[in-house]
Amino acid sequence: MTTVADPADAGAPAADRAERADGRGSRAKAPGGRRRHVGPLLAISPFYVLFAVFGAFPVVFSLYLSFQDWDGIGDMRFVGLKQYGWLLEDSVFWHSVLNTFEIWFLSTVPMLFLALVLAFLLHSQVRFTGAYRVAYFIPNVTSMVAMTVVFGSVFAQTGLANSALRLVGVDGVGWLSSEWGIKSSLSIMIIWRWVGYNALIFLAGLQAIPTEHFEAARVDGANSWQTLFRVVLPQLRPVVLFAAVTSTINGLQIFTESQVLFQSTDVGTTGGPGQEGMTIVLYLWQKAFKDHQFGYGAAMGWLLFAIIAVFTLINWRLVSGSDREDRGGIRSLLRRKGARNGR
Amino acid sequence: MAADERTTGSAGLAIGSGSRLTRVCVRGVLLLGVLISLFPFYWLVVMASGTTQDIYQYPPKLVPGPHLLDNMRRVLDTVDFFGSLLNTVVAAVLGTALVLFFDSLAAFAFAKYEFPAKKLLFGALLATYMIPAQLSLVPQFVTMAEFGWAGSLKALIIPGAANAFGIFWMRQYAQNSLPDELLDAGRIDGAGFFRLYWQVAMPLFRPALAFLGIFTFISIWNDYIWPLVVMIDPDKVTLQVALANLNVLYNTDYSLVMAGALMSVIPLIIVFLLGARHFLRDLAAGATKM
Repeated sequence: MTTVADPADAGAPAADRAERADGRGSRAKAPGGRRRHVGPLLAISPFYVLFAVFGAFPVVFSLYLSFQDWDGIGDMRFVGLKQYGWLLEDSVFWHSVLNTFEIWFLSTVPMLFLALVLAFLLHSQVRFTGAYRVAYFIPNVTSMVAMTVVFGSVFAQTGLANSALRLVGVDGVGWLSSEWGIKSSLSIMIIWRWVGYNALIFLAGLQAIPTEHFEAARVDGANSWQTLFRVVLPQLRPVVLFAAVTSTINGLQIFTESQVLFQSTDVGTTGGPGQEGMTIVLYLWQKAFKDHQFGYGAAMGWLLFAIIAVFTLINWRLVSGSDREDRGGIRSLLRRKGARNGR
Repeated sequence: MAADERTTGSAGLAIGSGSRLTRVCVRGVLLLGVLISLFPFYWLVVMASGTTQDIYQYPPKLVPGPHLLDNMRRVLDTVDFFGSLLNTVVAAVLGTALVLFFDSLAAFAFAKYEFPAKKLLFGALLATYMIPAQLSLVPQFVTMAEFGWAGSLKALIIPGAANAFGIFWMRQYAQNSLPDELLDAGRIDGAGFFRLYWQVAMPLFRPALAFLGIFTFISIWNDYIWPLVVMIDPDKVTLQVALANLNVLYNTDYSLVMAGALMSVIPLIIVFLLGARHFLRDLAAGATKM
């Protein structure tokens, strides 16, 4: 073994350079020079091999598939961009896009707000904090299928929700049959599942703010609201950004709640009455795996990807937009927009 | 649970330092939140232990009934509960074991070694994290079918056996908690890469592995769309798919479906409660570090 192969050698970059300068001819002289890297490269290889086979290849293949007409069994027929053309003219697809956004908005906005409030309240507690955390997090770890079944019975025409409403004189809300009933019940399920999760993330962000900042604010005579808006929220921004991006990516891929909920009702159609619960992923699943239109499903996957990418970027801008200007995000956002339009 | 007397930074937050009335209100709101969080589980037990008539009568019965064991027995008679439980357990246990092994191995290499194209490889790894799973649902299924893995548990275990999230997360942990001196000492004793990983790094990784393990186990256990698509043999499905099928086939027999739902939820809640304390602390730490 040469000195280059000494495993205790800390100056690895220098060794790399020496190796490269030596070129291929030196391999015979110093076989350990490259062998040194075998262990680490072997160690990281499983991920790349698995990703190449089960991640990268399907992505490329899905692009190829989206140019084909294929039922999964017979021959593929090349149709060019026609799948995308059909998709853009498919009213059910656009309905599913609209539904997904409506449900996403109805669930994400109240969810993040409630999570923020809960986080503040939890932050003020010194007792039973562990028990609170467990209780608030449990909805997130339980099976979506099981809890959708439970909520499905709560929101049924003669279920618990309507029984409770009857006590206060409201009769027969169509939770699972009317347009906004369907969207509200789906949103309530999503809120129930994710509020605790996000509250704990916000709480961790709150606890990371140094106590001195609060003291400094108090010395300066700031009241609660000023402390909240000038000290706490700016410091929380990265955490809120994380939560907003995660909620967008998850929210635009809603599937299980809607699929399970409306498979069981007597109406029986995918997406529920009037297809008001039809989401993008649910439609993708139906087209690809029920109607066996694999090319159409693949094309829809790409449009979903584009939609998620655009919305994640918008979210990113919205939440991280007011980085330098502490006078509020809207104005800086408008300024940015103006700058972009001017270009 | 014993009163936790530690002082936190909360003393500085105006909300906590209000009057006695404010404190009572805060606690009231928090308890209401806990009730809302836990009520669906209670309601699940009520429905699983009653009859279908009990569930839909007005006013509804709000306390558990005497039919729980009876309903559970009917679930066992109706669907292959233990078969799908076994499938789920095998997929979750093997899948989690592989993730823990491959992710920690790769994280060890990324955190403590230099090798060619390391930055590029790590960047590529993070980029893969951005690809949404549903983009390639169709071709992933076709790939599985080509491999002859459709309907086999391999399809649930192998594709996710190493993941970017876990490697990223374990690497953060390895950088902070695995001292170079310890590795150097091992090297002087003549240990190579894999011995250092197994004998020096692994014992120190344990807390991080506990979190990643619980996280992975829960994700595999609860996954629905992928097993729904890929487990094409109706006699060989996971618990989630079996429950969804039960829900469709017996949608008028609510107490049966609810007993099935309860049975599918209990094992996971036990796993979560066993590791909850560590899990929640690490989850929050991971999210704020990103």
